[in-house]
Amino acid sequence: MDVLRRRVLILAACAAALLAAPAAAEGDRSITVASTTSTEQSGLFGHLLPRFTARTGIAVKVVALGTGQALDVGRRGDADVVFVHDRAAEESFVREGFATGRQDVMYNDFVVIGPRDDPARARGADVLEALRRIAAARAPFVSRGDRSGTHGAELRSWAEAGLDLAAIRGEWYREIGQGMGPALNTASATNAYLLADRGTWLSFKNRGELAILVEGDRRLFNPYGVMLVNPARHPHVKARDGQAFVDWLVSPEGQGAVSEYRIGGEQLFFPSAGAAGRS
Amino acid sequence: MWDALSAALRLVLRLDGDVLAIAGLSLRVSLLAVACGTLVGVPLGALLAISRMPGRGVLVAVLNGLMGLPAVVVGLVVYLLLSRSGPLGAAGLLFTPTAMVIAQTILVTPLIAALTRQVVEDADRELGEQLRSMRLGRWRRARALAFDARFSLAVVLLAAFGRAVSEVGAVLVVGGNVAGHTRTMTTAISLETQKGDLPLALALGLVLIGIVLAVNAAASLLRHHAMRVYG
Amino acid sequence: MSPALPIRIEGVSLRADGRAVLDGLSASIGSAGITAVIGPNGAGKSVTLRVIDGLLVPDSGRVRFGSRPGAEIRRAFVFQKPGLIRSSVADNVALALAGARLGRAEMRDRVAEALRRVGLLSRARDAARKLSGGEQQRLALARAAVTEPDLLLLDEPTAHLDPAATEEIEALVLDLSRGGAKVILVSHNLGQVGRLAEDVLVLAAGRAVEHGPAARILAQPRSPEARAYLAGELPWMSCAAAS
Repeated sequence: MDVLRRRVLILAACAAALLAAPAAAEGDRSITVASTTSTEQSGLFGHLLPRFTARTGIAVKVVALGTGQALDVGRRGDADVVFVHDRAAEESFVREGFATGRQDVMYNDFVVIGPRDDPARARGADVLEALRRIAAARAPFVSRGDRSGTHGAELRSWAEAGLDLAAIRGEWYREIGQGMGPALNTASATNAYLLADRGTWLSFKNRGELAILVEGDRRLFNPYGVMLVNPARHPHVKARDGQAFVDWLVSPEGQGAVSEYRIGGEQLFFPSAGAAGRS
Repeated sequence: MWDALSAALRLVLRLDGDVLAIAGLSLRVSLLAVACGTLVGVPLGALLAISRMPGRGVLVAVLNGLMGLPAVVVGLVVYLLLSRSGPLGAAGLLFTPTAMVIAQTILVTPLIAALTRQVVEDADRELGEQLRSMRLGRWRRARALAFDARFSLAVVLLAAFGRAVSEVGAVLVVGGNVAGHTRTMTTAISLETQKGDLPLALALGLVLIGIVLAVNAAASLLRHHAMRVYG
Repeated sequence: MSPALPIRIEGVSLRADGRAVLDGLSASIGSAGITAVIGPNGAGKSVTLRVIDGLLVPDSGRVRFGSRPGAEIRRAFVFQKPGLIRSSVADNVALALAGARLGRAEMRDRVAEALRRVGLLSRARDAARKLSGGEQQRLALARAAVTEPDLLLLDEPTAHLDPAATEEIEALVLDLSRGGAKVILVSHNLGQVGRLAEDVLVLAAGRAVEHGPAARILAQPRSPEARAYLAGELPWMSCAAAS
């Protein structure tokens, strides 16, 4: 009967496609890298990965999250390599035994972004002074609030500026719990200040009235580290191919590729492999 | 808005390879999820429609409630199940298209089952006594009624497809939005929005709407043709 | 097709929506030919057919088929509306055989034979719902006949049909009856009852009030209810007249 034939067809199609999907994924060599929205959205991976894959034949699947979430993905064993930017959190990741070691790859820097007319008069070269003025003016400030590396850097800066966020925060301080892009979109829509990484800012298109107000402060340097997830902890980790990615990133070829990447002629990331203690 | 419209047109006319691949993945994942949801949901809904067991009312209410299952929660649960540290971790399915199919199947199955239950129950009012007088077993009756109501069920499946293809929460969490691998139309739109490229995001959105309209138009043409033939 | 019968309805009562639909109905229906069940609306005719078929289970009383258990009796039901699924003519007949575990070839042959009998063989591949009302009811009869029932239950099968289609159905019912099936027919069409039935069972208010040869009952009903019904009187008026 018609009914039966139709059922069999659907069943067959479903089974075939389900079988086909994992088969296609297993066919070639690939690793999963948990990384941050800043590296993905700045376009850096789009620049690096084809070079790495051409050299080694290993495909790289990037899952872009906040640094905290990316580290969680590594902790659960759902990625082979973690490539993030929060030195303190990375070091505790290694201490807990989820990675065997951490290597410096590059740094970029954070910048304080705000409305061009700068009502809080935050413009300058000192991030701490800028934050103090924003707080004093109770000018709108957008915080990532997502345990990302950028969020961590922002929280450290408030503390270093001698400001107790818990005491002074109010309606002006807006925690959105999202990535860099949404934070920039929110700031752009409300003419607010925020701390952003330069890479995402440079590739961000919906700027509105926003501009860079503070840059060049050494406290704003933002180091990126790469770690192979510990195969002793998670035996399925593709240790050989993952290590190949780590090695390539810190090799002269990888470092060269990092420094080549530019948006509008501007260099976004500065290689730092081997230059220990740069932060 | 005009920028977006012309950008969308350009994306389509140029047959942009990336956009085609992303659209193809969206279609494949959603259609597979609907196919799997159909295999489970239609028999389940049809059997529930003709069953007279105690507790049926509660089951129907639960099923109707599950239609509103929050996608993000489904995504999170599937994530925890498929994670290497989760019970199904050994399969290594997290951040693959298969994981997205699984999450979306869980999303659309209750929808398909609940709407099938309603549609088949209506068919049962018309034909149920006839089929019972033919001494057909429960399974055969459910099958005949579902077959009789297939044009209405086609609309049910379209609704399920619409939910799957436009959903972003679950596929983002379990797929990871990996470029060229698990990036779908919705996660790409979300990404471009985050990058502040609103015209491109909107253009992708228009392409997605175009796909949904095309699938619906094709299905409704088929349905009209079939209804003319079978009454 | 072995005679399944006689059919004994023993003290059947059934309540629905707080009303006694059948109220201790008892009757004995012979083993061959066509029996008509008549009576005013609400008398319980359709419900009686459904109880005999097993579609409804009575609150008390039972239906017995000679010495054989009910499950052995092959029954087929034709309703007022043909109840066809949206598929081909042949599929609708084949559906009745779905539970019979037949081979493909035998299934095809039996479907074709049933369709030939009702004159629809040339329409086998057409959509069932696109047939005319008379053709649809003939298809319903083919679907009933294909299972070779011992007992054929017909609930006002020509209520919606024009005279020509009614005549075709009646010819088919006679044909099936001569083929060996016992037929029980509910009808308001007294002319039809006269043309088809050997005996007539008159129901009123959920009880059997009279049972006898068709010719005698139609000409000289004895019970006041049967007289009232056949005279076209309204039941409450006849009650008033009786009191």
